[in-house]
Amino acid sequence: MSPAYVLRRILLAIPSLFGISVVLFTVLALAPGDPFGELMTNPNVPASVQLALRAKFGLDDPVYIRYVHWLMAMLHGDWGFSFVSRMNVDILIMQRLPVTLAVIGASQLLAVLVAIPVGVLGAARPYSLFDQIANTLAFIGFSLPTFFTGLLLIMVFSIRLEWLPFVFQSDLSSTGWQWWVDEIRQSIMPIAVLGLFQGASLVRFVRSAVLDVIRLDYVTTARSKGIGERRVLVRHVVRNALIPVVTLVALQMPVVFGGAIITEQIFRVPGIGSLLISSILSNDTPVVMGVTFVFAGLVILFNLIADLLYGFLDPRIAFR
Amino acid sequence: MVSSTPASLSADGKPPAALAAAPPLSPSREAWRRFRKHKLAVASLVVLTLIVFCVAFGTLFWPLAINDIDFSSMLQGPSMAHPFGTDDLGQDILARMIYGGRISLAVGLAAMFVAVVVGVTIGAISGMASGRVDAALMWVTDLFLSLPQLPLLLLVIYLFREGLKSALGPEGGVFVLIVVVIGGLRWMPVARLVRAQFLSLREKEFVEAARALGASRMRLVVRHILPNALGPVIVAGTIEVANAIIAESTLSFLGLGFPPDIPTWGRVLFDAKDQLDTAPHWALFPGGAIFLAVLTINFIGDGLRDALDPRRVL
Repeated sequence: MSPAYVLRRILLAIPSLFGISVVLFTVLALAPGDPFGELMTNPNVPASVQLALRAKFGLDDPVYIRYVHWLMAMLHGDWGFSFVSRMNVDILIMQRLPVTLAVIGASQLLAVLVAIPVGVLGAARPYSLFDQIANTLAFIGFSLPTFFTGLLLIMVFSIRLEWLPFVFQSDLSSTGWQWWVDEIRQSIMPIAVLGLFQGASLVRFVRSAVLDVIRLDYVTTARSKGIGERRVLVRHVVRNALIPVVTLVALQMPVVFGGAIITEQIFRVPGIGSLLISSILSNDTPVVMGVTFVFAGLVILFNLIADLLYGFLDPRIAFR
Repeated sequence: MVSSTPASLSADGKPPAALAAAPPLSPSREAWRRFRKHKLAVASLVVLTLIVFCVAFGTLFWPLAINDIDFSSMLQGPSMAHPFGTDDLGQDILARMIYGGRISLAVGLAAMFVAVVVGVTIGAISGMASGRVDAALMWVTDLFLSLPQLPLLLLVIYLFREGLKSALGPEGGVFVLIVVVIGGLRWMPVARLVRAQFLSLREKEFVEAARALGASRMRLVVRHILPNALGPVIVAGTIEVANAIIAESTLSFLGLGFPPDIPTWGRVLFDAKDQLDTAPHWALFPGGAIFLAVLTINFIGDGLRDALDPRRVL
């Protein structure tokens, strides 16, 4: 993979970031309601003060100038002040972000660990009993909305069996090994909900990717050389079949973030997803904008990583 | 790859005449024949028809009011008087679900319609106009694909809800907003699909023939290319209904969809989630309904793919 390819990919991400910022700003600018709406109706504030305030914050500037101001502020990390949490938005988000990334990372890992073996085995014997069962389970898996799976797991494992706690505590009192045990116990359900949902849709991707590769001539060649079926599958088929799957995992990221918001909300995991919901419910606009912007930036980052990985795994792409 | 057509017509010993003697099926009959082979899809069609029937005509057979508060019978499990039990205000859950199901399914259908119309329009323009227009439209499509959907959905609802509520009333305003936003964030797969179909179809001989006969560009698209590109669009549209139902339920579940007096399935689940220990039935029935509706629609989509999408014949 040449440095030029890396550079080109990074440069290509900039217009996307720009585009997303335009979309976000447009939504914000089109929204009804005026940040100074309360001032306008307050008889104690003279009109001249109102006009001066509006001028100071640039509310009467043309849209594109407001956009540039807004973008500059966002890029400088000046994301505003949360009136509910009494702190700067960027600090608040940075506090919550690691939890979200940990939950998403762990659940993606779980999804991949489930989906690859099942998808490959299903594709190795298409329309066999195993394949049909796996396919049906996959359908059930991604038809079960994450919010319902979450509630079901709570009902079974927290209420009926009393095995797992259903409220995530960020300030566990235990220390040492016990801390790890508690942390894992309370993370099992959020990660399982998100991971199995992702895994279910990934199984079908893996299966069709393997089916695409398994009929290629080089696989037949490998078989005719007398290499065992297992070895052909693992060494020759899976390696190539997983290349498009890498991209698909990254392209699924927007969906994963959606799932993470719901999961965090159900299990009260203190990540940016539950922060988004609570800010919406308490009308904390700067936080809502900030979190949405972070989600958008993360999506672009993962797309970029996928592109780079793709070029690394498949050199034919990089030199085109 | 196992080819579906035999290497030679007489490969299985039958003379070609026997093949020619079988009456040709019309395309729709042929599609129905392929659809029927998908057992789960047929079963799903039956179940979904049942659900739609119950939701559409349920009030005729179950005329209880959805907001009949009765504190003497709150949080009761399923019984003869209340087959799905009651909620914390003693309201009948079955009646609420029949009413809410209409909204849930209507949102799914309407949002699918928005997504398909936008997607087909953009895809068709992009597929017919090559060059700069195509590149720009595809850039926009990719951009929308990389938007974080749920956060954006929440943001838009958060910013616009009050305005539309006062303009169109609480029910209509939220309905229009949710349908437009869900549809407006889900047209991209359809657009890409239609564009890909157009790119290959517009070079086909029958389009060439129509063009040679003097058909206008509009007529080419509407009469010749679009009907042939419709199969995959129908499949994608079916899946889109399921996605839209999930999206609406998600919003309602987060407490940001319909107001409490409109008990969509997601909303009932939202109200139920704090009583999981005392009244699990309250959450199980609406959750099960969402699951069943989405699962059957997904299976029907899979069956339609077998029936209508010739690329997937394996």
